[in-house]
Amino acid sequence: MQRIGVFVCHCGTNIAATVDVVAVAEALQHEPGVVISKEYQYMCSEAGQELVKEAIKEHKLTGVVICSCSPRMHENTFRKAAAAAGLNPYMVEIANIREQCSWIHKDKTSGTEKAIILGRAAIAKVHLNAPLTAGQSPVIKRALVIGGGIAGIQTALDIADAGFEVDIVEKEPTIGGKMTQIDKTFPTLDCAACILTPKMVECAQNEKIRIHSYSEVSDVKGFVGNFNVTIKKKARFVDETKCTGCGLCTEKCPMKKVPDLFNLGMNNRRAIYIPFAQAVPKVATIDADYCNMLKNGKCGVCAKVCTAGAIDYKQQDQYIEEQYGAIVVATGFNPIKLDKYDEFAYSQSKDVITSLEFERLTNAAGPTSGTLLRPSDGKHPHTIVFVQCVGSRCDDSKGKSYCSKICCMYTAKHAMLTREKYPDTDVYVFYIDVRTPGKNFDEFYRRAVEQYGVHYIKGMVGKVTPKADGTLDVQASDLISNEQLHIDADLVVLAAAIEPDKSARPLATKLTASMDTNDFFTEAHAKLRPVESPTAGIFLSGACQGPKDIPETVSQAGAAAAKVIGLLSKNSLTCNPCVAQSDELMCNGCSACEKVCPYGAITYSEKEFRMPDRTTKLRRVASVNPAVCQGCGACTVTCPSGAMDLKGFSNRQIMAEVDAICK
Amino acid sequence: MQVNENKEFEPVIVAFCCNWCSYAGADLSGTNRLNYPANVKIIRVPCSCRVNPLFILRAFQRGADGVIICGCHPGDCHYTSGNYYARRRITMLFSMLDYLGIERDRTRLEWVSAAEGAKFAKTMNEFVEAVKKLGPNRRLEDLRCKKQ
Repeated sequence: MQRIGVFVCHCGTNIAATVDVVAVAEALQHEPGVVISKEYQYMCSEAGQELVKEAIKEHKLTGVVICSCSPRMHENTFRKAAAAAGLNPYMVEIANIREQCSWIHKDKTSGTEKAIILGRAAIAKVHLNAPLTAGQSPVIKRALVIGGGIAGIQTALDIADAGFEVDIVEKEPTIGGKMTQIDKTFPTLDCAACILTPKMVECAQNEKIRIHSYSEVSDVKGFVGNFNVTIKKKARFVDETKCTGCGLCTEKCPMKKVPDLFNLGMNNRRAIYIPFAQAVPKVATIDADYCNMLKNGKCGVCAKVCTAGAIDYKQQDQYIEEQYGAIVVATGFNPIKLDKYDEFAYSQSKDVITSLEFERLTNAAGPTSGTLLRPSDGKHPHTIVFVQCVGSRCDDSKGKSYCSKICCMYTAKHAMLTREKYPDTDVYVFYIDVRTPGKNFDEFYRRAVEQYGVHYIKGMVGKVTPKADGTLDVQASDLISNEQLHIDADLVVLAAAIEPDKSARPLATKLTASMDTNDFFTEAHAKLRPVESPTAGIFLSGACQGPKDIPETVSQAGAAAAKVIGLLSKNSLTCNPCVAQSDELMCNGCSACEKVCPYGAITYSEKEFRMPDRTTKLRRVASVNPAVCQGCGACTVTCPSGAMDLKGFSNRQIMAEVDAICK
Repeated sequence: MQVNENKEFEPVIVAFCCNWCSYAGADLSGTNRLNYPANVKIIRVPCSCRVNPLFILRAFQRGADGVIICGCHPGDCHYTSGNYYARRRITMLFSMLDYLGIERDRTRLEWVSAAEGAKFAKTMNEFVEAVKKLGPNRRLEDLRCKKQ
């Protein structure tokens, strides 16, 4: 029989106002096994904890029930107090009589009755509690960063700075991400390449950082501190170790009409290519969809001109296995596809472009070498219309319900830069709201309006129609003057909403990390744990968690790195002791539990059992790896023979609670 | 189950709440002082998939008038897929309740996230109301325990 102590907290008047605390303590005093029942003003205070500790020692308590606030609030506090008094911390149960009783009920009689029943349920449960010991699992002191954009780069650099090894897995042939495609950055207007490329080079040169470019994560197993990751290195048909990045092959390749995806298909490249001049690693890649040699076995020009002998047409996808203690997700974003927005004539006219395409048109390394020209006829546009919120803040199923956050600022930047470079150009911006919350952001926007004379018009564009003379008729409403407008534009730029990269959802499944309905990764706590995923050991960096601009991404990347460093600097982690365990005598080896376990924590082995007739028999039985098990309990319900049980939430404990409540 | 001629019928309601979403949602409705009847008593489980359908039958056996199971929204399970298992198992059980002589409306499966304190309170109010309408549950007996 347990010797149980009950401690009822007043929580000032938070509980005492609607629950007769003294009556609760008095009623619970008579429950079986209860040797002491006390109430106190603030049980979580130093004096309150002292009360609990003294009672444990004085009455030789084997179980403790605290009737107080939610276990999510103070379970740990009281477990620690119990441990300090020499009692196993898992012999403490909390009856939640604040959040789930006193705060929701106004009537003192029913509140008190309910508190007594909740107390009884906790007492019934603690009768069946068993001391649990948390195990330790070692931490592998290496980190994996998935995604090599500015978020991934910054996280990797910060982790490497602290002396830990980091691997970056990037699906493109080069790291750098979206920022490499951007021309200038708001609000300072410094050139993106000038601030990004040194960081890319730093990554390549840092001896703690390894870059797996043109690679993907194909499988993740394991748990915090001990992840087993399979990385798929896609065949690029060029030996990375031999290629010097001279670029001769990319000049000689006869396949000239391959859309250059780095420039969003606005110009062509060859079938063998280096995405851009400052690529890291600067290694050529063969586009297997276009290469004549790979498709038809005819050509081989690149192999002939390559003096390093790096071309290898027989290269295969490679799978490598690596171990990490922590994983950072930095998969970033993409602008949405605009095929559902036919009213803006995006698919009909070459002169209707997205903002990212506009970036490439103004970038010195872009298809027009930085001269702003109309994609259709190569002429200088004189009237440009920017349309904001294309797909953002949309209630319908076409777009996204959220604000993409960066569009207001980059549109202001585009408008300002256009007016600065080409003062003869008329620039119109149609907006629903201009949102500029950020350091120096509003000043930046006002400069665009006041200093550069950009026409900001509150209202939405209804329709864009290509006209016979090559211009575009932009039909819009001005909500301030309540007028219908028609503007003859030479170029229309759509600020497309951004969405998480398509690779994010399958990756989340592999990582068992959670996502919201928009496919953004969910953080463990929106305010207090913004860079951690609810899945232990998975961290979030950059726009994979929500729309973000570069400064925010970099600060989040640093924060994620700090969390990773905190984890990696530990030698071992304490595991949750509330894990499943199988009763081998009852297990019939059916494998049902193994199939439902989301963590792969259950394995089977042949074990020898003594039979009643003194013979021995080999039987297949399940065993749970307590370091891998997260304690969800899926297996306990699946088990047809009732051999699986969950420590801390056992069948008997839950049934005892049910009985106590229904009594 | 308490039936008194002078007093309104007060059903006994057992709520199984998963630790990560619904229990936190229940806490949130408390933090926001959103009222729901005291009939509801919550049992914390790590995940909705920990709720064995037998626990529900046990509750009915011991005098519960209604049982509600709350878990994370589909896709948001802390353990990735636990609530999907729960959904299947509980649906299966629900389909057999009539056969056992328990009205289908005495049980409910709801998804309540940690942010949905208001939804938790609203769900509980509705559920208690629905069970009150059904009246006391007196059909399920444990024949094993019946003394001759």
